[in-house]
Amino acid sequence: MHNAAPSIAGKTTDLASAINAAADILANSQQALFAGLGTEVHGMRALMQLAEKTGATLDHMHSEGTVRNTLTLQNSGWQTTTLTEVKNRADLILVIGTDIISSHPRFFENLLWNADSLFDKPTPELMYLVAAGTNTTPGIAPSGVAPTVVTAETAAFPEIFAALNALANNKHLATESVAGIALSTLQSIVDRLKAARYAVIVWSASHLKFPQAELSVQSLTRLIAKLNETSRVAGLALNSGDGDTSVNNTSTWTSGYATRNRFNPLKNAGKAEYDNYHFSTQRQLASCDALVWISSFNPYPPPSSDVACIVIGHPNMKFDRPPAVFIPVSIPGLDQAGTMFRLDSAVALPLKKLRTSNLPSLNQVVQLINKSLSK
Amino acid sequence: MITLLKNGKIYDPAHGKDGVFEDIYIRDGRIIAKPGDTEKIGHTLDLAGKVVMAGAIDMHSHIGGGKVNIARMMLPEFQESRRYSEPEAHICTPNCSHHATPNAVDTGFRYIEMGYTAAFEPAMMPINARQTHLEMADTPMIDKGGYAMLGNDDYFLRMLAAGKDQKAINDYVAWILHATHAIGIKVVNPGGISAFKFNQRKLDLDENHSYYQLSARDILKSLSRAVFDLGIAKPLHVHCNNLGAAGNFETTLDTMKAADGLPMHLTHIQFHSYGTEGDRKFSSAAAQIAEALNKHKNITADVGQILFGQTVTASGDSMMQQLNAKHANPKKSVIMDIECDAGCGVVPFKYRDQNFVNALQWAIGLEIFLAVEDPWRIFLTTDHPNGAPFTSYPHLIRLLMDKSFRNEAFAKLNLDAQAMSNLTSLTREYSLYDIAIMTRAGAAKLIGLNDRGHLGIGAGADITVYSDQADREAMFAKPDYVFKDGELVVKDGKVVKVVWGATHTAKPAFDLGIEKDLAAYFDKYHTIQLDNFKIDASEISDDGRGRIIVHQHSKV
Repeated sequence: MHNAAPSIAGKTTDLASAINAAADILANSQQALFAGLGTEVHGMRALMQLAEKTGATLDHMHSEGTVRNTLTLQNSGWQTTTLTEVKNRADLILVIGTDIISSHPRFFENLLWNADSLFDKPTPELMYLVAAGTNTTPGIAPSGVAPTVVTAETAAFPEIFAALNALANNKHLATESVAGIALSTLQSIVDRLKAARYAVIVWSASHLKFPQAELSVQSLTRLIAKLNETSRVAGLALNSGDGDTSVNNTSTWTSGYATRNRFNPLKNAGKAEYDNYHFSTQRQLASCDALVWISSFNPYPPPSSDVACIVIGHPNMKFDRPPAVFIPVSIPGLDQAGTMFRLDSAVALPLKKLRTSNLPSLNQVVQLINKSLSK
Repeated sequence: MITLLKNGKIYDPAHGKDGVFEDIYIRDGRIIAKPGDTEKIGHTLDLAGKVVMAGAIDMHSHIGGGKVNIARMMLPEFQESRRYSEPEAHICTPNCSHHATPNAVDTGFRYIEMGYTAAFEPAMMPINARQTHLEMADTPMIDKGGYAMLGNDDYFLRMLAAGKDQKAINDYVAWILHATHAIGIKVVNPGGISAFKFNQRKLDLDENHSYYQLSARDILKSLSRAVFDLGIAKPLHVHCNNLGAAGNFETTLDTMKAADGLPMHLTHIQFHSYGTEGDRKFSSAAAQIAEALNKHKNITADVGQILFGQTVTASGDSMMQQLNAKHANPKKSVIMDIECDAGCGVVPFKYRDQNFVNALQWAIGLEIFLAVEDPWRIFLTTDHPNGAPFTSYPHLIRLLMDKSFRNEAFAKLNLDAQAMSNLTSLTREYSLYDIAIMTRAGAAKLIGLNDRGHLGIGAGADITVYSDQADREAMFAKPDYVFKDGELVVKDGKVVKVVWGATHTAKPAFDLGIEKDLAAYFDKYHTIQLDNFKIDASEISDDGRGRIIVHQHSKV
């Protein structure tokens, strides 16, 4: 049971007053930003309706990484796989730029070390291409077999991926090493990818923190496409959580666009628009006149900003400066049921209500705001 | 309240009515017999000889689910292309929007505006069924339903390879219908999607899957038998092996024979009717396919007509889409292996009338339409969005009903393609009655929607009213009135009331004992639990929009 109560400018109030205060802010806003978007499918559906009504822009808190993948998808597409395929089929896994476990703690345990597989495959071979200092000990198999670890500066990844592509295309590289990695090591990675029955390349776009990282994601997907001409290799793009995959999917079937979209407040009222550059939280904070911050899974506070801020989120959220309105809501999968997409986008799962909560759901709160706006 | 539609010209093939003038009475969403004189008529609409048909039913249209949403996500540029006219699409009118990836709301609106009151998602992957239902739940105006994809899932392939008896297979198929709230079963490239995961690049009807040592024929026989034994109306929905490959018509003919007299539906058959004659080793085998369809009364088919312009192909057939990806336009594609369940391939295409292959594909589809004699066994589809967006149906209807319009369009095609087609020798023109069969009565009968697709007493009052115009494209693009469950929802081609429609399902009886083995399988090999795989009915109906209809069928 949570004790958190709604508040207006830091002063505790009742839900109805908080709803009305939020509606007032939105009614007077010309260009609202709905950010954070830490929610599941039904919460997002409600938010999309409110965004359409108010002409708001939508962006998820983890979109920096998501957008790198989306840009790749929209520029060349990709060849990917899903978790059950990885578990049953993968005999080689190449991990790029991430330790996996800090974002997906049970990845190795569930998908690699679990001995049951449909096709009696051996424990997969594991290779890392990561920055020095990345924790690769979770990649040591229960049998004690250590993974192959190749390290390089993250900033050198574009160069390394380009070299892997060249080698996969049987191009001669007139050098002994690339970004400090021996050419023979890179050749051996390509050879092992080609020899695998089903190789999986895992990346986390949010960890590729360098300019134009989407081009590096694309470089990986091109490598996968090339290898698939003769053998089977698939990509697996890790997500960053807080409902990012659910939000992106729901936004797409609802508006036709993935997030970093908006409903135009002025021209063609209500028309959905898409711009994954201009509609970022960071850029919109500079021009929006109201911020609705949603974070229902984790008590992440809103970014610092001077615009009127409505926070709908986790009851334990703490603020440096109290927002104009705070409405604590139930946590999906704990206090309320819901529907959540898994990182591979292929599977949507029901979230269960595990305990009693006196808090309203995000969905309910947004519908109440919507209703209040219609008055 | 009773609504009276009077003086309409009724086309109701389920009751043999071919343009007869009759009145229709509606109460509580249903068509009723003429009420007694004492009963009050609340609302009367004089249709003054307008054409009246049941609401149209699209029996094969990719309206929701993973691959449809991937297509939207990959192609944001399509959202912008709503009304621009393609140079190559010069034979289309502005009604032909060429927007291949509408969002859920647009999907419902565009369908109802054309007088369609139901559409069926034909490739609902069981593991992805929850997403499919979420999207369909957000699709207003029309009824919907899905065919669950089987035949490439490892649970089924293991059963078949282990020689499990037909009863066990039947129980599994019925369990899938329940768990995913489907109304039919589809198989896509039988065995091929799974074989592709083992790096097989092609699978013929009698070629073995390298791991399971099962042929596509084995899979087809088992699934078509299961669907028949369970007694659901919808025959097994078959996307044949060798999609789009020159010479694939032989696979299609062999598949018809493999049905062995059992009901079987061959979907988007145009894409499976290609020969290898001529200089370019690509030719029309429409005549052979149509002849075989005319002969095999147990076989039904939908065409999957292509129309020129920009679209995107979204298919479960990852094996063949991997090959098609080199033709992608714009140059991008998504190929996925999914959950030891199936796969998908999303490849944008731009069909051009000056391209030899595309022009011939267009002609092949029309040749099939015109050469198949029985309109009850052939269905009007573009395999939306694979051949063209469903918004081009009015244009397609005109091509079927208007010989000179068709021949004018043909005369603009790539000349080599013209030389390879006998289309102009096919002089048939579809009648309004034929169209009503293909798009209403026949579709409802095929799927088993007993109270839809007709205008008899007791039918759901899904009714479309058109002005009889010589330009059939204009006529079918913009009905005067559409009623959904008795409510007037479209007037003069525009939505006047938003409704949400129902989800049609079939739930034949089965032995629940199968869940014991399934639960063990999920625990051991899957990454989700059995209980999370199954969709609870409340997930579809709880938000007050959706509603599940379970159809009872019995074998005839």
